[in-house]
Amino acid sequence: MKTLSSVFKRITSFRLFLPLLCLALVLIVNLIQTPSFFEITIQNGVFYGFIIDILNLSSRLIIMAVGMTLVVASSGGTDISVGAVSALAGAVCVAVLGTGESYQMPYYVSILLALLIGVICGAMNGFLVSYMKVQPMVATLILLTAGRGIAQLVTGSFILYVKPAEFGYLGAFLPGVPIPTPCFVAIFVVLVTWLILKKTAFGMYIESIGINRKASRLVGLNSKLIMFLTYVFCGVCAACAGLISVSRTSSIDANNVGKYAELDAILAVAIGGNSLAGGKFSLMGSVIGAITIQALTTTLYAMHVSADQLPLYKAVVVIIIVALQSPVLIKWVRSFTGNFLPAKVAKEAN
Amino acid sequence: MASGREILTMRHISKNFLGVRALNNVDFTLREGEIHALMGENGAGKSTLIKVLTGAEEFESGEIRITGIPRPIINRSPQEAQQNGISTVYQEVNLCPNLSVAENLFLGREPKRLGTIDWKTMNKKAVEAFAAMDIDIDVTLNLENYSVAIQQMVAIARAVEISSRVLILDEPTSSLDDSEVNKLFSIMRKLSKSGIGIIFVTHFIEQVYEVCNRITVLRNGELVGDYDVESLPRLQLVAKMLGKDFDDLAEVKREGSDNTSDDTEVVIEAESLKSTSRIRPFDLAVNRGDVIGLSGLLGSGRSELARAIYGADAAKGGRLKMKGKPLNIHKPLDAMKAGMAFLPENRKEEGIIADLSVRENIILALQARKGAFRQLSRKEQEELTDRYIDILKIKTSSRDTPVKQLSGGNQQKVILARWLLTNPDFLILDEPTRGIDVGTKAEIQKLIVNLSDQGKTVMFISSEIEEMLRTCNRMIVMRDCVKISELNGTDITQDNIMKAIAGGGVE
Repeated sequence: MKTLSSVFKRITSFRLFLPLLCLALVLIVNLIQTPSFFEITIQNGVFYGFIIDILNLSSRLIIMAVGMTLVVASSGGTDISVGAVSALAGAVCVAVLGTGESYQMPYYVSILLALLIGVICGAMNGFLVSYMKVQPMVATLILLTAGRGIAQLVTGSFILYVKPAEFGYLGAFLPGVPIPTPCFVAIFVVLVTWLILKKTAFGMYIESIGINRKASRLVGLNSKLIMFLTYVFCGVCAACAGLISVSRTSSIDANNVGKYAELDAILAVAIGGNSLAGGKFSLMGSVIGAITIQALTTTLYAMHVSADQLPLYKAVVVIIIVALQSPVLIKWVRSFTGNFLPAKVAKEAN
Repeated sequence: MASGREILTMRHISKNFLGVRALNNVDFTLREGEIHALMGENGAGKSTLIKVLTGAEEFESGEIRITGIPRPIINRSPQEAQQNGISTVYQEVNLCPNLSVAENLFLGREPKRLGTIDWKTMNKKAVEAFAAMDIDIDVTLNLENYSVAIQQMVAIARAVEISSRVLILDEPTSSLDDSEVNKLFSIMRKLSKSGIGIIFVTHFIEQVYEVCNRITVLRNGELVGDYDVESLPRLQLVAKMLGKDFDDLAEVKREGSDNTSDDTEVVIEAESLKSTSRIRPFDLAVNRGDVIGLSGLLGSGRSELARAIYGADAAKGGRLKMKGKPLNIHKPLDAMKAGMAFLPENRKEEGIIADLSVRENIILALQARKGAFRQLSRKEQEELTDRYIDILKIKTSSRDTPVKQLSGGNQQKVILARWLLTNPDFLILDEPTRGIDVGTKAEIQKLIVNLSDQGKTVMFISSEIEEMLRTCNRMIVMRDCVKISELNGTDITQDNIMKAIAGGGVE
């Protein structure tokens, strides 16, 4: 009994316990409702199934959520321009390659330019937030609206299509590889970010300025620069997600690429157990959060919920998930286990 | 006066906090019209007892009774405590700096007219409330425009305004200067005459004997006793708080002024240095091994002078040299790289990074100086942390405990460790002993003297003159943002400092 309750306590106090529990709950619902949910088959030489779908489709969100996590941690604010920035980066990529039978420019140039757009957008957001001290939401609101406008300018308000088939590799499959390419990109982004945070002191710097900017400055941290960099990084992540989006459809629709993605990205951070007030953060939490959101969407589709009604069901589940993690509720639950479990332990000790 | 009826009784209060017994079977009794000191070292349980009483923390067993309510009360929130007639003014001012003084005073209880706030009445009532305390300020200005002392007064006025039977003052005097303390005491006496019971939590023993009728002493979460002030001499009080006979404080003593002559390497030299704060340009020269005190009333520019040297307030002119080399300090990191360290006055806002662990808080400055790309390995971090936890006797359940869970004195030690780790030549300590128990105070004073013996230079700011007399070999006196006087060696006496502060200087 004693060890059981202490094991229970250790598991529940594990930082990612609640995000993982939420994801597990979503998956368990599937197990009951749609038994075929976990089947993975091979069709046309690639893996196929709901699980693969979830991993594939959540990749974009994971990438955005990684950038968003750092922005939230350092500034206690959110970057609501990531969807628009991803559309703009996608538009630039497509416009550079052109709509001809072959590319106008080398492929890598378009990728680099798109990422550069991400850097510029992120730098603008970061400059406003960190050096001009504009509220993050207001500062990034500018690009939220202007970003799509610029993207429309770039595409001439048309939906542009890229013809060469290789363009679709990034958003779908590489020839001969059964796993969707976006998964590799997401893993790459998460891994690089994790290594940066692990192998340099940036992780601690970001948490430190997110918790107490004044004190951080007095111990020699350049709070403004660090915050600025997180916004730049977030911009690059958004651009990266945009590249996957345009590759998936081999086209750019500046109005719809990354629409409402900022909300999902922020939600992913929150579901991952991260405080939106900034400070301490967990990268893996956000990744799990992103997967949970996509799993939820896919689940609802698998249960034949129509696309128009989807947001309603999603909202209900999100409320439940967020409530599960609310400190008030946790305290309430703890007060029960606190009353009952230790009493048993005490008896045994006597 | 102390013979009034009991208005508050706490019986057999126990509370566990993170597996540690924070309060064990503690009794506390407050009578009508009594000013009752609650004394004890850091970690004795004073704050916890107050928090339990005001509903900020829950307690496990025991009961609280207050006259007028026939059953035991349990306050689940500070609001509920207020309804039960218990108001608190905390050590750190918990008001809204961006609201006006009047708004702060009436926040949540604004006078209304037709459903909107009646500003005219509110401001009028605010002026009256402050007039009753002999404070003359513009109540329509935002609170942030006023000094910490005035903000504290506003907090007290707020607590008084909320009609209460029990008023708790938690370290109210730690940011007040003498005249403000006297003003506060006269207000406290006035309130106690009107029948309010006041619980006064403080570290200043003198103040207890000046204003209190009774003393309750706690130690390690247990009640030591409840005494009449007249029947408990100071020495005994200290002994009861510490649980032993204690004269360490007296042991911290400099040999005198003789070390000013044999070592004259100038470490810090400032020439008409000016910063963005309101302090006037000043000249300054500090020698190696000096413990240089900055003295003056609150708001005299002590902190601003130190901040100008460290670059905490950006420089606006003048020259600064360290060991003869000209320095160009734009930001704190520049000062750190030159070998300076700065422990700021306000621990909560500018010192600790509350959610980070003890380890992270300790290595932060060193890591910031090394740069992000040369990260200390986890093993190095742990070794350094353990070493300083050991040297400074920091009480923490582990090195990975969030620093916010430590008591104030231990948090201050963590910040000291953070700076000692960078091995600075010049340390600026701004009020390092504020709000800290007697034992830790003595430890910090000893540390300052030791550092100076090791050839480090220390700039020491404290509101307690006795503390500076014990440790400093030079003293700068500030008045109205001007450096008015410098005292050396045997000239450093309380009389001379007072004279300098009062005007005229000693030349």
